[in-house]
Amino acid sequence: MGIDRRKFLTLAGLTTFAALGKKVMGSSIEGQADSLPGSPTVKRWAMAIDMQKCRQHEGCRECTIVCHKIHNVPDFGNPKDEIKWIWKEDFEAAFPTQDHAYLPTELKEKPVIVLCNHCDNPPCVRVCPTKSTWKREDGIVMMDMHRCIGCRYCIAGCPYGSRSFNWRDPRPFIKEINPEYPTRSKGVVEKCTFCVDRLALGQPPACVEICPEKALIFGDINTPDSEIREILKTRHSIRRKPSLGTNPQVYYLV
Amino acid sequence: MYDIAKIILGIIIFLAIATSPFWFNQATGQAEYMPDPVIYSKNIPGQEACVMPVDFMRSSHMDLLNEWRQTVVREGNRIFISPDGKEYRMSLTNTCMTCHPNKSEFCDKCHNFMAVTEPDCWNCHVQPKEAL
Repeated sequence: MGIDRRKFLTLAGLTTFAALGKKVMGSSIEGQADSLPGSPTVKRWAMAIDMQKCRQHEGCRECTIVCHKIHNVPDFGNPKDEIKWIWKEDFEAAFPTQDHAYLPTELKEKPVIVLCNHCDNPPCVRVCPTKSTWKREDGIVMMDMHRCIGCRYCIAGCPYGSRSFNWRDPRPFIKEINPEYPTRSKGVVEKCTFCVDRLALGQPPACVEICPEKALIFGDINTPDSEIREILKTRHSIRRKPSLGTNPQVYYLV
Repeated sequence: MYDIAKIILGIIIFLAIATSPFWFNQATGQAEYMPDPVIYSKNIPGQEACVMPVDFMRSSHMDLLNEWRQTVVREGNRIFISPDGKEYRMSLTNTCMTCHPNKSEFCDKCHNFMAVTEPDCWNCHVQPKEAL
């Protein structure tokens, strides 16, 4: 007999105490790590859209055309199956909470460029059961087509309609395939990725580069003197449905 | 047990017939059909060698491709440093297939023979047009 009751109780008490202590210490360390992404050393990509410049060219679709071309976005020729990465939407559809009868007509009646908002608190990521969509450290809400099972929870979760589903094999509906970029297969969801592939090569997103009016401003919103921070300081900006708490990172300069 | 000798004999004859193709190959030293993939490599200046040694690629190309996929898509790192210190862009279409554009000879020959047609890479990734 190696152990009596008194020793056993002492040991059990000490073990519990040690375990509790470790838990308390551990949680404080985790708490520090949680605050990291907000710190200014981490990049956070964001976009500002100058609506004043954009609405001067109502018929311009340069950003949509170049984006859909380089990313092999199919055209099914029917709005029900439409795949959209960046497109134009009516003001009242894009900003339902901002709409009222006496807005300036040039604001109310001209279409607005919309795309994935790369939310800080993305509902699509929260509902994805396979983690095939997730938020990267630099804030981009990314897709992993290899893991997507096509459940479309993310489409239901996204309040901006930024996600589209491939109901059919998109290959035959792509006019000219860009061999540099993959297509998608039937049964996956797709959306704007802020051109992660171009950012990796040090290039801005394609829509930002092509815009003839330079109405799209893209940059790191964590850097205090970046172009996007400067313009947000001087111009009044709104965001789409901010009351939902998604913290969208596409800003509209009214 | 009745007729035990006949049953045993029957089993032996059955096994001999069922396994005869293996014995035949063993005796002649060659299989009836072997795939002969055409390992064609384009001469691209600065890319004379493969990203990994040939033996490794033969046995473990699928592991490498899986790792590349994981690193590029999930971790956002697109540069691969080969054992000899060279940098490559991790991309199936833009790196592997620029050197080996003949998918039907290079990939499909063995994959079809071994009935490993499960990886559906080419549903999405663009295969180069085959004009050697």
